[in-house]
Amino acid sequence: MLLINCPYCGPRPEAEFANGGQAHIARPADPMSLTDDEWAAYLYMRDNTKGLHHERWRHANGCGRFFNASRDTTTDVIKRTYRMGERPEAEHQGAKP
Amino acid sequence: MTGTYRVRRGDVAESRNAVHFTFDGKSYQGLAGDTLASALIANGVHLVGRSFKYHRPRGFVSAGSEEPNALVGVGATQSRYTPNLLATQVEIYDGLVAESQNRWPSLETDAGFLNEYFSAFLPAGFYYKTFMWPRTAWKKLYEPVIRRMAGLGKAPAEPDADRYTQVFAHCDVLIVGAGPAGLAAALEASNSDATVILCDEQAEMGGSLLSDRSASIDGMQAADWARAALDELRKRPNVKLMSRTTAFGWYPHNFVGLNERVTDHLSNPATNQPRERLWQVRAKEVVLAAGAIERPLVFTDNDRPGIMLAGAARTYVNRYGVVPGKQVVVFTACDSAYRAALDLKAAGARIQVIVDLRKSVSGYWVDKARAEGIKVRSDSIVRGTSGWLRVKSAQISNAQGGDAETVACDLILMSGGFTPSVHLFSQSRGKLSYSEELRAYVPGESVERERSVGACKGLFALESVIESGAKGGRDAAAKAGFPPHGERSYAVSAQSVGADAFIGSVMTDHQAEKRAWVDFQNDVTAKDVRLATREGFRSIEHVKRYTTTGMATDQGKLSNMNALGVVSKQIDVAVPKVGLTTFRPPYTPTTFGSFAGQSRGDLFDPVRKTSIHAWAEAQGARFEDVGVWKRAWYFPQVGEDMHAAVARECKATRESVGIFDASTLGKIEIVGKDAAEFMNRMYTNAWTKLEPGRLRYGVMLREDGFIMDDGVVGRMATDRFHVTTTTGGAARVLSMMEDYLQTEWPDLEVWLTSTTEQWSVIALQGPNARKVLEPLVDGIDLSADAMPHMSVREGRICGVPTRLFRVSFTGELGFEVNVPAGYGRAVWEAIFAAGKPYGITPYGTETMHVLRAEKGYIIVGQETDGTVTPDDAGLGWAVGKAKRDFVGKRSLSRPALVREDRKQLVGLLTTDPKVVLEEGAQIVLDPTHPIPVPMIGHITSSYWSATLNRSIALALVRGGRSRMGEELSIPMPDGVIKAKVVDSILFDPKGERLNA
Amino acid sequence: MQKFSALSLLRAGLTGHAGWQRQWRSPEPKSGYDVIIVGGGGHGLATAYYLASRYGVKNVAVLEKGWIGGGNTGRNTTIIRSNYLFDESAGIYEHALKLWEGLSQELNYNVMYSPRGVLMLAHNIHDVQSFKRHVHANRLNGIDNEWLSPEECKEFCPPLNVGGSMRYPILGGALQRRGGTARHDAVAWGYARAADALGVDIIENCEVTGIRRAPTGEVVGVDTTRGSINAKRIGVVAAGNTSTVMNMAGVRLPLESFPLQALVSEPVKPIFPCVVMSNTIHAYISQSDKGEMVIGAGTDVYTSYTQRGGLHIVNHTLDAICELVPAFRRLRMLRNWGGIVDVTPDRSPIVAKTPVSGLYVNCGWGTGGFKATPGSGEVFASTIAKDEPNKINAPFTIERFRDGAVIDEAAAAAVAH
Repeated sequence: MLLINCPYCGPRPEAEFANGGQAHIARPADPMSLTDDEWAAYLYMRDNTKGLHHERWRHANGCGRFFNASRDTTTDVIKRTYRMGERPEAEHQGAKP
Repeated sequence: MTGTYRVRRGDVAESRNAVHFTFDGKSYQGLAGDTLASALIANGVHLVGRSFKYHRPRGFVSAGSEEPNALVGVGATQSRYTPNLLATQVEIYDGLVAESQNRWPSLETDAGFLNEYFSAFLPAGFYYKTFMWPRTAWKKLYEPVIRRMAGLGKAPAEPDADRYTQVFAHCDVLIVGAGPAGLAAALEASNSDATVILCDEQAEMGGSLLSDRSASIDGMQAADWARAALDELRKRPNVKLMSRTTAFGWYPHNFVGLNERVTDHLSNPATNQPRERLWQVRAKEVVLAAGAIERPLVFTDNDRPGIMLAGAARTYVNRYGVVPGKQVVVFTACDSAYRAALDLKAAGARIQVIVDLRKSVSGYWVDKARAEGIKVRSDSIVRGTSGWLRVKSAQISNAQGGDAETVACDLILMSGGFTPSVHLFSQSRGKLSYSEELRAYVPGESVERERSVGACKGLFALESVIESGAKGGRDAAAKAGFPPHGERSYAVSAQSVGADAFIGSVMTDHQAEKRAWVDFQNDVTAKDVRLATREGFRSIEHVKRYTTTGMATDQGKLSNMNALGVVSKQIDVAVPKVGLTTFRPPYTPTTFGSFAGQSRGDLFDPVRKTSIHAWAEAQGARFEDVGVWKRAWYFPQVGEDMHAAVARECKATRESVGIFDASTLGKIEIVGKDAAEFMNRMYTNAWTKLEPGRLRYGVMLREDGFIMDDGVVGRMATDRFHVTTTTGGAARVLSMMEDYLQTEWPDLEVWLTSTTEQWSVIALQGPNARKVLEPLVDGIDLSADAMPHMSVREGRICGVPTRLFRVSFTGELGFEVNVPAGYGRAVWEAIFAAGKPYGITPYGTETMHVLRAEKGYIIVGQETDGTVTPDDAGLGWAVGKAKRDFVGKRSLSRPALVREDRKQLVGLLTTDPKVVLEEGAQIVLDPTHPIPVPMIGHITSSYWSATLNRSIALALVRGGRSRMGEELSIPMPDGVIKAKVVDSILFDPKGERLNA
Repeated sequence: MQKFSALSLLRAGLTGHAGWQRQWRSPEPKSGYDVIIVGGGGHGLATAYYLASRYGVKNVAVLEKGWIGGGNTGRNTTIIRSNYLFDESAGIYEHALKLWEGLSQELNYNVMYSPRGVLMLAHNIHDVQSFKRHVHANRLNGIDNEWLSPEECKEFCPPLNVGGSMRYPILGGALQRRGGTARHDAVAWGYARAADALGVDIIENCEVTGIRRAPTGEVVGVDTTRGSINAKRIGVVAAGNTSTVMNMAGVRLPLESFPLQALVSEPVKPIFPCVVMSNTIHAYISQSDKGEMVIGAGTDVYTSYTQRGGLHIVNHTLDAICELVPAFRRLRMLRNWGGIVDVTPDRSPIVAKTPVSGLYVNCGWGTGGFKATPGSGEVFASTIAKDEPNKINAPFTIERFRDGAVIDEAAAAAVAH
């Protein structure tokens, strides 16, 4: 049961949240212009990072808002949570392009 | 006295009540405060169990939760019977019934002991090398025999009569262990505004202090100081003391699981008491003061009843007032056993000799033993023992070998030093480091917010134990944001026992063929461990798995370090390089029931009921589970089975009017100036041109192009949609909508609200539906012209506001009456009353399924299975071709989704109209084809249609729409059924009835 | 290879078991191999064994970063069955089951394959429909699977709470009698010993840190913590760590790694005769030969490499177990652990060539890989040896995600209406 700091509500137990998978994967603006490979990359390809991983959570049983978390997948330690639209902190960006 | 081995307990003046219990059917008397172990020892009973593999007689090794041998079954009835409890942990009460395990016919004469004679042929992993022929013999012959031999106690035969409960708690500082370090930590941490929980697995808090007669703190005897400290803590409002509570597991982010045993020690527990509580504690800071466990010595035949850890004997004497033997041989590698010997001597036992592995011995405790006339032999070992049901003698020689001297005894104490209990620290993912001095792993770098103090950190001198506890307590409170109000000092007077320790086997090289136990319960000897390394199992994990050392119910608390020592010596690799098996929860075995808590029967999952549920129940409806909902399935009348009831319900609805509770449908209110645009993006359909007051059937895809959900959507205003979803899909749909809205299109001005619970939905279907409703409705013209099929009006029904849908899932003239849920039952009853003249008939989900199948309407999850596209399901018409994009659109043009031979939804009519196909049955072209038979589809829905007076079915068939009229085969175990492909709409294909 | 038999055991017993040899060597890595298998779990070791025994490729090394069988092979609940719905899945799992049936004899190592029956319980009408669909499809595919009424379920597995007060009562079950369990560690050791005897080098404590490629793109070897090793072909079978290894070759995969937990009770005398699975209430249970109840829990919702999961997952699992068998409430959990399962979007595996020449991948077995071990190894060996997929694993490509030809067993079974 992780303790997750909702940027809107504060720290709450994991039971209140739904995980939304890897963060910062924007839906293509014009899907029909993509090749099958490009579309499959959006749909399915994931970094599956071993280390600092940026992921989405939704405070489903709370405020209902989505936000992002930077979590180390080798320790489960959450370094930071931040709102949708924000980028991971500079020192945390090395983990992925 | 109760038992010949009873002595006065410590220096405490005592009056303990007599307690009566039975063990293996024989009555015994103990004293209040005894464990089953101390009470049996008081009666001279040491034989309590049999080992797992060789069924060798076994006695008590320890006095605590690390006990590997003394496992018993406890309980007078099967519904309260618990196997595998530790006699060293079971507290006795009047009427306690306990029995030994894993023996037949009796503990003294156990037939399983035959294995002992074959032990030469049963080395570690022997079962991997044999029992392979003939092929089927493993399952039929060998395995059943092995299974019968294996296992320990018997599982209870009846459902558990007890209850369990769960508590979530938060605290600033959690302290695990109430020995000297934990008590000091608690005194310091709670001298602040921090909330503190102090838990301890034992019935009485105080840990090692309770067994200590020699040390004093603040001028008090150790045990008295502990009781005084507890009195002080009890007075502090910010402290919660929890005895009989084991911190069994560490989970991420300082989340610690505690198991509190509430009633097991009581003769007559109150009926409102749970047996156990599972505490899930989120602690800002944790102090681990879990202590240390004494390590056995691995010497020849070290497993006989009457061979126990020195510290355990000291606990029996000093804490429980029983002396475990009268003629004692002590075998040690450290000073602490001397202290135990002196305490036993003080209690009247004769110490025959102290055999010390160390080359030279000196210091306070050695001098004191010698001064008391105890013979001390250094650089020596116990190289063998005798005695069957109880140890009789020890053979003693020099450590390197040579002649042995036989010394008679009824008790051998052993001590190889202490192993810090780093279990929780390791579970928290803290890094362990190996201490050459202690020959043990100690806590290194922390990952979570915790600190180890006292013996679990590798500190054994009482003064430093208390000092580290106090410091840890202050540190934890301060880090949690509550600086302590002050600091106190502790005047500790105790003689150190040092930190000498030994791991591995003490056997000389000449003794290689003898058996010396590393893991008592699983019967793993040093020889087995060496064999495993010779066979190439060199990682300690491999050794463990191959020999099963450390896999017994003590999970290696006594055996792991010695196994490491044996491997290290055998392959000549330093201990830290050999590794360490992973510490896993739970610290000690923990009751399943406590994890399950209140989740049983109806509380296993929430039960969702509609506001009309009770009415249906009163009508005798049968219900089905759909997700967590209870839905009325059918309404049998007296003498009717389901088939008859459904036929009647169908007929009534087609001929006059039926009423159906559709309240479980998911409902979402979508509001905002961009609501239509949002709908366009989420659904396959086009919404822009849908006028307010109109309904449309909507199809929603996952981004991979497969149907996810469907439902009728009403446009209430230009900026407002009333969306319905399937019963099971409501939450999924809303969260997917929220996902896209919040993370992909935050620019859209749209708000989503779940209204599933807000509306009761009453479906009224049948040619007389309008006539029933009309008199009840205000402000809505129900005529076909004013309110055509697929329209919605707002007004009042029975004086209650309604959103009235004209919609049909049956193919009949139909309405769905949405009213605020609180009025659902009243409106339902009013409609039902109004329908009486028309023979209004309530129907359930089964009839709903039949009626919609006659019309070829799909049910998501029945006609679709996560691999079906809109075109497959015949819903191509619902896909807005002109739309640039919607969720799932791009996927629909992937190669596999546009193949001609995809499975498509069709109707199927059996050649024999009386035969109803089985749902899930597979469809083939050539039933005579040898197995495997190529399958081209399956039956998704199949019913007896009372309306059509024949069976009907829907099916997904490869290239189905191009097979109209084709006869297909459905091979069943008892013959092949033939059926013809037809259009999926089998009743009123022109839709004249629903437009009436 | 030293022959294992009752007789050899007897002989060794008379001589103090002094004569047993190492079950597999511990060789230093050679400078190069025809095939390197990355990952010494059951699937990797099986691949090496079949390469050497069936496809004539004997210059093979298995590189394992820790100890063989230390990942999911040694952490799973050992359930074996093949009663899958779709032809593709049924094909690969049935291939595996047939190999299981003779595996102890083939490897001369008792892997304790015990066909005690796998009973999958239905708790609602949708389950009943879904399981019957499986039963019919399996029958026509030649796979045993039969429908049992609630009473027949009770007869087959007497401890089950049939007719009691369950929130989701047992409405029946699908039974595969050839399904059962095997001893997981023995599978790894048996394959290792047999592969070693055929000349395969099994190299433990050897972590792959890089995949070396020629300027023309094809693989030429690996960098490891024990130096560089050349290889003509590389098969990656690294389960939860597959993404990490494949990244070294610049290949992204549709994979995510989740924690999956399991637990055992203390050992008790035989009481639970078969394997029982319930997807609806999330309970998976059997009794080991040693007497422990072996129980599978669910995955956590987040990706993680920590090999542990949340307490609430365990709570939920034991809720379900205690519902199925109320007498088990008094049993006690002895040990609870976690593994890392690699999951694809359709929860079916990938056993395929990759865009990189000479690089092959076998992954994505999710929560159900153990049962496939022999079949997976056999078809992967075939794919590596022939540089083209075997008929059985041909559908399990990476490209199926691009094309939409997914094999989604879970979606087919688990959608509620």
